[in-house]
Amino acid sequence: MNHNLSVDHLTGIKNLPETDIQLIFETADNFKEIINRPIKKVPSLRDITIANLFFENSTRTKLSFELAEKRLSADVVNFSASSSSVSKGESLTDTVNNILAMKIDMVVMRHPGPGAAVFLSKRVNSKIINAGDGAHEHPTQALLDTYSIREKFGDVAGKKIAIVGDILHSRVAVSDILCLQKCGAQVKLCGPKTLMPKFITSMGVEVETDFQKVLEWCDAVNMLRVQHERQDINYFPSLREYTMQYGLTKERLNKIDRPIVVMHPGPINRGVELASDVADSENAIILNQVENGVAVRMAVLYLLAQKTAR
Amino acid sequence: MKKQGERILLSGGLLQLTINRLCQQLLEAHNDFEDSVLIGLQPRGTFLADKMYARLKELLPGNSIRYGTLDISFYRDDFRRREDPIEISETRLDFEIENRRVILIDDVLFTGRSVRSAMDALMDYGRPKDVEFLVLIDRRFSRQLPIQANYVGRTVDAVVSERVEVNLEGEGRVLLNSIEDES
Repeated sequence: MNHNLSVDHLTGIKNLPETDIQLIFETADNFKEIINRPIKKVPSLRDITIANLFFENSTRTKLSFELAEKRLSADVVNFSASSSSVSKGESLTDTVNNILAMKIDMVVMRHPGPGAAVFLSKRVNSKIINAGDGAHEHPTQALLDTYSIREKFGDVAGKKIAIVGDILHSRVAVSDILCLQKCGAQVKLCGPKTLMPKFITSMGVEVETDFQKVLEWCDAVNMLRVQHERQDINYFPSLREYTMQYGLTKERLNKIDRPIVVMHPGPINRGVELASDVADSENAIILNQVENGVAVRMAVLYLLAQKTAR
Repeated sequence: MKKQGERILLSGGLLQLTINRLCQQLLEAHNDFEDSVLIGLQPRGTFLADKMYARLKELLPGNSIRYGTLDISFYRDDFRRREDPIEISETRLDFEIENRRVILIDDVLFTGRSVRSAMDALMDYGRPKDVEFLVLIDRRFSRQLPIQANYVGRTVDAVVSERVEVNLEGEGRVLLNSIEDES
């Protein structure tokens, strides 16, 4: 087993080999043990400075990264677009070069432009971790989703995973599909046709519009949020109609004779895509996903830091 | 031309005798192990710790001895400074170390850096009453930190280029490998 990542940056799942994914998972197992003990901190990254650049709003991803960084003893600086020079007309490369002039080793970045992380990784001399670039990729979310499935079922290979909802505006969906497929899972998508991007079938996934059929097929279902803030036109007649067709409720689950694991990347719109009693049920692993997020991000940060030789 | 030489430091009966003697020394200092815990350092210290745990169970029938393993990967001082990536192992401590007497076990004491890391790692699990250190082979004169072991199987004088190889499988033996330059 190789103990070094083959990639120098985590820009997406697309160019991340399966061996790297497994290494991240195995490393995350160790960090999961660490974040569950009384002193949840190790000194590995104490001479590393990490900048969290969030050009787009984020609460939990930013919190999760910051927690992961602090539990590895890294020094952390935060930057968010609303309070920065971006509004004064500075370009992305200039902003980041300015920050790197302050001797920063790693950058965690969320940006509305697809490909922003790749763009940056080719221009600056530090490790880049993509925390979401437009509707393109969100690799750490995919890693933590897949890790949570691995934890719940013991293995990802052969599992049937459904992703339901607003695929069109979701970066989680694209990364999830890539990551799950690399780990040997089968993926089906479900949602209104207007929220399915045209390219999606080229990724080797089936699209189904009948939610109940998908539920009968799958072992776990990942319920995505309807991203109103990204929807410039009406993609479905009303929210109530969306909920009737694609909302996950106890009644739907009761029609199936076996338990289905329920996942959600957050934030949940209770009563829209996910009924409250389902979100709080035994089969929901939503909060495990949050906990695993910290462990997986610690693993990614640790493994990439290992490649910043002194 | 390189010539490889090897010298047997411990093997067979002598090795068993040494491990047995170390166990007896622990018994003298820790009686029935009521407050004491054995912790093998990952990765290689656990082989010796396994043997000692098994032997101590024979010597103290009826007593349950607490035994765990400790991984020091995240506490090492050579992260990002070494050639090969660090291989992470499992930490298994299913007991509290708070106020207990801890015996750290490793196969070879060389620079002292591993056990320095181990002490840092250990303290993150609680505040032990005291910490002792047991090694099978002590390479004195090679220390880079002011550290000594409490229990030593055998002391060896070796130069830095020589390597101590501990193999505890089956009969088991401990070798000192030297690589000499013939030219």
